[in-house]
Amino acid sequence: MVLTADEQALDTKHLGFTISPHEECGVEEAVRIVEAGGGEVVVLTLGPSEAEEQLRDCMAIGADRAILLKTDGVEWDAQATAAAIVDAVQSEEPFDLLLFGNESADSGNYQVGIRVAYALGLPVVTGLKKIEIADGRARVERDAGGPRDVYEVPLPAVLTVLEGLNLPRYPSVPGRLRAKSKPLAVVEPQRPDSKLEKLRLVVPEEQGKQAEVLGTGADAAPRIVEVMQQLGVA
Amino acid sequence: MNALLFVEPGDDLSLQALSLARSLGDVKAVSVEGPYAPAAWAAAIATAAGDADAIVAAGSDRGNELLAHVAARLDQPFAANVIEVDGDVVTRVRWGGSLLEQARLHGSPKILTVAPHSQPAAEAVPVEVLAVPADADTSVRVVETVSESGGGVSLRDAKVVVSGGRGVGSSEAFAIIEELAGLLGGAVGCSRVVTSAGWRPHTDQVGQTGTKISADLYVACGISGATQHIAGAKGAKKILAINSDPEAPIFASADYAVVGDLHEIVPAISAELRRVRGS
Repeated sequence: MVLTADEQALDTKHLGFTISPHEECGVEEAVRIVEAGGGEVVVLTLGPSEAEEQLRDCMAIGADRAILLKTDGVEWDAQATAAAIVDAVQSEEPFDLLLFGNESADSGNYQVGIRVAYALGLPVVTGLKKIEIADGRARVERDAGGPRDVYEVPLPAVLTVLEGLNLPRYPSVPGRLRAKSKPLAVVEPQRPDSKLEKLRLVVPEEQGKQAEVLGTGADAAPRIVEVMQQLGVA
Repeated sequence: MNALLFVEPGDDLSLQALSLARSLGDVKAVSVEGPYAPAAWAAAIATAAGDADAIVAAGSDRGNELLAHVAARLDQPFAANVIEVDGDVVTRVRWGGSLLEQARLHGSPKILTVAPHSQPAAEAVPVEVLAVPADADTSVRVVETVSESGGGVSLRDAKVVVSGGRGVGSSEAFAIIEELAGLLGGAVGCSRVVTSAGWRPHTDQVGQTGTKISADLYVACGISGATQHIAGAKGAKKILAINSDPEAPIFASADYAVVGDLHEIVPAISAELRRVRGS
């Protein structure tokens, strides 16, 4: 991994961007819920203008419209992000369901959905791998390390989801074409001072592991089993 | 300086969090009794914190969830998965551990969770058990716990995980992975490519967005070793990588390396295990 010179970000000159796996499942779930029960899917992100591409991807698999909370590319902390989302949500007709990824792949803050729920006075359940909507309630499940805990909450509610909730579809070509003409609203919120203020990113020191070569091909099997026995697992 | 530590009884990650909490000041350790209800538990923690300078928990699913609730209640910043604290500057894990961030935590109290396996476990201390406040919101609570049918060894707790990646080639070819895992009394894992292809269920996925394992031995077969995969595998004490490409990044994270075709090597290991066991 290579950082930019100011140590504020990954150098992404030669990298592409993509939606995080948890959020991708969240979009798929929203589309499935609306396909089954009717309604509208609105997809929202906070990010630079380039994030329009990910919003179009979401509309290509079935989201009806999009909102981009446009930034100048500087990272927002979780509190500021949540506050901007709350403002955007409050300027819309009330939603029955607000879906979030449980945590982002990059910043891993584990809190934006929860903060939005508190600000809007809504119930929140996190880390979900199953959602069933019926009679104005959500019956949801989260992994508890083998067994699964079941929660029931009335709608409207905030739910944060994990990859594994579903297997997201790939956008079709007609879907991509339709996405081009779907509405995308751009809002430019003001960034408040960070309360979790990033100073710099650091690439962790390599652990300097030097693997012990146990052999090549099937001939290595006896040595592998020996090592397994030494480790007490065979 | 006083720190309030939320602990889950019997949880090693909580004892690791205790190590870091001690560096912040005198620690009061608490747990909460009753069925899990995140908002209500967070209310109990926030009340018990009083004028503590810091509120700390393990960076587990529950620790991260509860302290996010506490932070939202108190409208304070929250730093997840911290490995070091120096004054008001925290160093925290990002990108599943591939990058660290140094950040100034402006809040009071300082609310943070401790990244798993970043600290040694401390000796257990007495824990005060908190009751949920009478007026707390318990509307979101566990109403039922469903057990996984079919049993088997859970990926998270298995002593051995035998895992397959793109190199396995198909859903059917996982039979040799299952056979070896069965012989070792372990669990089958896989990489994200495999679940995306529909060869295995997502519950088998090891990685940043899958299961984070803590096995004694992780056997990675035909897995290239993307950073997102390593994020889930590095909790294993030892990693054995089997890959036909000697340049595969997985070898940089491995303790033991075997270069070659997993379709020959994995059945050979199973056969050798049977041989030494005399069956």
